[in-house]
Amino acid sequence: MNAPVNGESPLKSEHDIVLARQLVRKLTQELGFSLVDQTKMVTAASELARNAFTYGRGGSMHWEKTNGGDRRGLKLVFVDEGPGIPNLELAMTDGWTSGHGLGMGLTGAKRLVNEFAIDTKVGVGTRVTIVRWK
Amino acid sequence: MEKIPILRMGDFLLVTIQIDMHDQLALKLQDDLSNAIQQHASKGVLIDISTLEMVDSFIGRMVADISGMGRILGAQTILVGMQPAVAITLVELGLSLPGVATALNVERGMEILRRKIAADGTDERPG
Amino acid sequence: MAEATLSTVLKKSGKDIKASWARDLAAAQVSAKGRISAAELEQQASEFLNLLTKVAEFARANDIGASDFRQIREFLEGVSRSRAAQGFTSDETATFIFSFKKPLFASLKAEIGKDAEELVEQTWKATELLDSLGLHTIKAYQKTREELINRQQREMLELSTPVVKLWEGILALPMIGTLDSARTQVVMENLLQKVVETGAQIAILDITGVPTVDTLVAQHLLKTVTALRLMGAEAIISGVRPQIAQTIVHLGVDLQGVTTKANLADALALALRRTGQTLKA
Repeated sequence: MNAPVNGESPLKSEHDIVLARQLVRKLTQELGFSLVDQTKMVTAASELARNAFTYGRGGSMHWEKTNGGDRRGLKLVFVDEGPGIPNLELAMTDGWTSGHGLGMGLTGAKRLVNEFAIDTKVGVGTRVTIVRWK
Repeated sequence: MEKIPILRMGDFLLVTIQIDMHDQLALKLQDDLSNAIQQHASKGVLIDISTLEMVDSFIGRMVADISGMGRILGAQTILVGMQPAVAITLVELGLSLPGVATALNVERGMEILRRKIAADGTDERPG
Repeated sequence: MAEATLSTVLKKSGKDIKASWARDLAAAQVSAKGRISAAELEQQASEFLNLLTKVAEFARANDIGASDFRQIREFLEGVSRSRAAQGFTSDETATFIFSFKKPLFASLKAEIGKDAEELVEQTWKATELLDSLGLHTIKAYQKTREELINRQQREMLELSTPVVKLWEGILALPMIGTLDSARTQVVMENLLQKVVETGAQIAILDITGVPTVDTLVAQHLLKTVTALRLMGAEAIISGVRPQIAQTIVHLGVDLQGVTTKANLADALALALRRTGQTLKA
């Protein structure tokens, strides 16, 4: 059965990150993404889901199958109510990391998608929106 | 708890990652592997990811760590079977795993390990 | 007379409508130059009438997106696809639905002709429904054509850069012409896939036929080399002319760790050595 056009999936545990990846794989398959494009979107989702869980103390992923002119795409929004990112410029530098990983989370995810937007406020939370077109 | 099996084949260890691992499972594999290398005095480790559909920075780091850790414990690690879509994505992500040796498949990986170990055997000097 | 809806008319006079419609379709078929068989056309007409009769009972014309219409929508999409594949134009495809109006209206008139107001209302309802279905058909037709064009574009890109097997375990990719992002992407995916299929150990990227290398192209080449390495294969870039070598240095692209050779012959010789093979004259 196909997934609905939009929805929300929690990011409250490590297992949720795995579920989010699997959901994004399914959604991109339904939208007819090529294998490479599927993999790029799933990987970007994995990075951002982990960020929301690890640094944002848990959050959620909203998805939406979207249309832009004659193309179809997938929009994902990762929302957390964590501490926010005090120095966004620094966080968007390759190799910078505040925790574990290779410091490729945000910048790497950005390179894997067509559209990337980040909105963060210290003490309030972070919201990352990505879109990849078919 | 789930666990990724580690197969012992003579001097080598073979790990086939087939499932979408969550982070703790990946960390556990790293621990299990270092213990196994030491316990069996293994000379080489093959990590087969040919059925893995995605490698993100976390798994990338795990592989790089295993490789580095193995080197210290005297075992050469070879990452085998990465799929094209995964390779393209990793490069785009910015991870080229510089210190990690690779091979197209387990067979080829095994060959490389044997050659490497044979070469080490004739040359006893450290380095 | 009692209220005659589209549904009752279809049930009652379905056979006549179909006969008349089939005649019209067959006549139009003359211009179709036999691209579709009479039997296939007949079968499609029957099925359409069947499905239409089913939905006519609760037909709210402007709501063909509703789940009741799923079957007929899918049927029309199927017709569109096959028409597009058979080389019909979009108007020829849509005519299949629109030509249904004439016999249907004739039957409506025969049934409720005396009540002018009712006739107008029923005709309008039927028109709305058939127009929606017709538009859906055209939409599906266009989508099929778009997919076709996309596929052809992709095929063309693939054709323009063939991956050839030079020797056991050695692949070559002779690149010719300008490399843009889209093309490089296809080329790269193609090459990587071939490496998996053939189990090649070495891939030679020959850029003899590439007139200019800018930063973007150089980066794409580097990415391909890196992806190959991650998969366990090795890359050699050949055909690097002095001019291109200069550009690469000027651009500050780091080709360290990448094996480069001046021409394909040197690259092949190196590849043979690395794979432990020798040539005997």
